[in-house]
Amino acid sequence: MVPAASRIVLSTIEKSVGSPVQESQEQLVPQTQIRALMAEVLAQRRRQVLEAWVTRGGTIAGNGAAEDLQRDGAAVLSALGTALSGRNGRLDLAPVSRLLSDFSARRTRSGDRPEQTAGLVLALREAVLTELAGTGDPDDRFDAAREAARIVDELALGSFDSFLSGREEVISEQGAQLLELSTPVVRVWDRVVAAPLVGTLDSARAQVVMESLLQAISDDRALVAILDITGVPTVDTLVAQHLLKTVAATRLMGADCIVSGIAPQTAQTMVQLGIDLSEVTTRASLADALALAIARVAAHTDRSIRP
Amino acid sequence: MTTVPVVRIRNALVAAMQEDIEDRSALELADRLANEVAANGASMVLLDVSAAQVVDSFISRVIVDIARVCRLLGAQVTVVGMRPAVAITLVELGLTLDGVRTALTIDDAMTALEDGAGADAWRV
Repeated sequence: MVPAASRIVLSTIEKSVGSPVQESQEQLVPQTQIRALMAEVLAQRRRQVLEAWVTRGGTIAGNGAAEDLQRDGAAVLSALGTALSGRNGRLDLAPVSRLLSDFSARRTRSGDRPEQTAGLVLALREAVLTELAGTGDPDDRFDAAREAARIVDELALGSFDSFLSGREEVISEQGAQLLELSTPVVRVWDRVVAAPLVGTLDSARAQVVMESLLQAISDDRALVAILDITGVPTVDTLVAQHLLKTVAATRLMGADCIVSGIAPQTAQTMVQLGIDLSEVTTRASLADALALAIARVAAHTDRSIRP
Repeated sequence: MTTVPVVRIRNALVAAMQEDIEDRSALELADRLANEVAANGASMVLLDVSAAQVVDSFISRVIVDIARVCRLLGAQVTVVGMRPAVAITLVELGLTLDGVRTALTIDDAMTALEDGAGADAWRV
């Protein structure tokens, strides 16, 4: 799941990567030639580059960063080499970006801070520049260094972006877990289910509550459903509307709904707001609601066993 | 047009609606139920919608109408076995089938209606 904002960042990266032709017109040495030089350096001195990268990376981020780099760095370098020696003059960094994204995501999960993840990628620049320093003629070297810096910056930007989306994924997962945790539906008696609601009831949660309550009614063949709002701090018109909807839906299913746990203060607020719950069976406490529900089920069973 | 089957069990009429109810078959069912109740009498009419995946505004209006007509003729109508998803959709549309009884299963509906004491009887 890539959030909208980071998608924009990605597309700008792709755009800037995909326009080498315009840039090459401004430069004395054709860009393809520079890239070929870089690819050559990477091919001949890959081991040294990787070594320098791992050494630098290890100092930036701890916690197994050096081992991770040692393992994944070779693949990144070889992908970068392939990208640099692209025949048609286009520099396609997408495969390298993907590898680095995976790498950054893994590092994020092992607890790296954002600057560490970006730093790991930026360490590649130093490693490449050191190796470039000893090759080619001096004129080409400057252009090559500039190009190398540009490429690594782009890659670092991409890895930072994947760091962000990795974090956001974790956050949204936790949000979903919280949503599930906070809306349990329990079977409290034969053919009676109860949903103790805790926390603020917003539209998303109200929807989840309604769905899980109706499903529980269907699964347990419940005659009575109890909505306990003891843990709901405030009941405003919106929350009341959600409650009324849930009550109406339970009724459609053929079960009765009792709303319990309305605090005295909440009751007063509701009356002042003009919220009309006269159509809903309400009780002050969950105990009262349960007693009523048990009486209801007993009455039903009595009728059904009568000859 | 598919006709909705109506089965008589003693003094109850049970109509089992299909997965996808056509508007015309719903109207025809309303006609048939009214005629049957008037001609042979029945104390309860059960509309089983447990197979229905979709209940739209038209069908829900027909159900409310059937309930009113049958009550005039002396029979109590209960909608039986609505699916959770259908219930949510109807509530979101604001169609709460006012004045129509509901039950989870046909068994429950018959139990609740047998001595005329419906679900309202226990409300204090």
